Amino acid sequence: MATSMGTQTIEEIEPFEASEEIAAGDVVLIDTREPHEYQEAHLENGRLVPPGLLGDEIAEAAPDKSARTILYCRSGNRSALAAAQLQALGYDNVASMSGGILAWQEQGLPIVSASGMTAEQRERYSRHTLLPEVGVDGQLKLLNAKVLLLGAGGLGAPTALYLAAAGIGTIGLVDDDVVDASNLQRQVIHNTERIGMPKTESARIFIEALNPDVKVVEHRLRLDSSNILGILEDYDIVVDGADNFPTRYLLSDASVRLRKPVVSASILSFDGQISTFVPFEGPCYRCLYPTPPPAEMAPSCSANGVLGVMAGTMGTLQANEVIKLVLGVGDPLVGRLLLYEALGTRFTELKVRRDPDCPICGENAPEIPESEMGRFPDYQLFCAG
Amino acid sequence: MATVRIPPVLRPKTGGQPEVEAAGDNVGEVLRALTAEHPDTQSQLFGEDGDLNRYVNIYLNDEDVRVLDGLDTAVKDGDTVVILPAMAGGAF
Repeated sequence: MATSMGTQTIEEIEPFEASEEIAAGDVVLIDTREPHEYQEAHLENGRLVPPGLLGDEIAEAAPDKSARTILYCRSGNRSALAAAQLQALGYDNVASMSGGILAWQEQGLPIVSASGMTAEQRERYSRHTLLPEVGVDGQLKLLNAKVLLLGAGGLGAPTALYLAAAGIGTIGLVDDDVVDASNLQRQVIHNTERIGMPKTESARIFIEALNPDVKVVEHRLRLDSSNILGILEDYDIVVDGADNFPTRYLLSDASVRLRKPVVSASILSFDGQISTFVPFEGPCYRCLYPTPPPAEMAPSCSANGVLGVMAGTMGTLQANEVIKLVLGVGDPLVGRLLLYEALGTRFTELKVRRDPDCPICGENAPEIPESEMGRFPDYQLFCAG
Repeated sequence: MATVRIPPVLRPKTGGQPEVEAAGDNVGEVLRALTAEHPDTQSQLFGEDGDLNRYVNIYLNDEDVRVLDGLDTAVKDGDTVVILPAMAGGAF
């Protein structure tokens, strides 16, 4: 197949044709992408020549202008442009691989991932890497991601389970509680044998058994204004499953300061809520809830009960949001609040807007001192959870 | 008539009903019809000054009435008014 580019005609070949030529030998294979893309995954023996350096580096990478030279990029556009440039430089046997490395991978052809997916990892994550939205690049993003879970309980347990299975490279767990028999109806990463064990330790044992790729960091403490910034700093994304309002506001204020996205959910009886707060791109928790409710409007799961599977439903929705944020695909719940009612099996979506007068992320909001984070003028008036 | 969605924390005040039908030409009238029918919801929704409590979010269909006309926002037959208090149940 040939493609016209300006006055030139570029030869385009399909990935399987390229693979046959490469296997037969005597092919110069050039990767016309950027270094970070190349590092994530490339074709074996592919030589990196970024588009901006083509004029300077091609003579060294492909000294013989009459040799068969195959160019590839991510999806086939940059390699076609580079092929035209090479022809103009006098290369007379150039082809661009159509569909790029994405099409190559879709056909199940092998790649090399320089940042080190092992054979075991290629097998373990094969159902991810087969998805065009994930691929090897995406899986490497997951393996390099650092996610902090606030709570290793009802919401944290299913979230941790799926994030660990997905290969999130670092999972931090904040919890100062121990496993109790009353947790096991919903907190599926703990078990009967581990009753009495710190939840972070029980979670670490579970995660390490599920996926040795995951590094678990235990934060056996409660967050407060003196420690939250230091802990959040090391992570890319925070998952909020806190059981009390002071912690939720504290986390929101600190995450806006550090510009960390927060995936926030809550559950009670048969009802759940979830939203994703990306600082300055969408609203923050205070934009949605400017004021916490008084105690009688803020019952807890321990007082009111919760259907165990609700934790799983909302926790796995949180894991889904985290994975989308890491991959940069799809539409996260930014500016949207999703309500789930288990009894009616009904989802409702509400719009959430940034509050221009928000005291934390509003247009004229001053940076508050750390000691003020998570606080309200009438702080003492509301329930501490 | 509008449908008012009752959050779990208020359902004990509405006889356990998750949804209540209420009449009114605007959001304020619909909510007052609700409090007339279920008086125990009054103090949860409205302060002593008659204003909506700040910790309660009210949506007309999917839009926060704070960005519409507040309690004066017009309600049509078949609209849904969602009462949404913050919830913090979760993890531990």
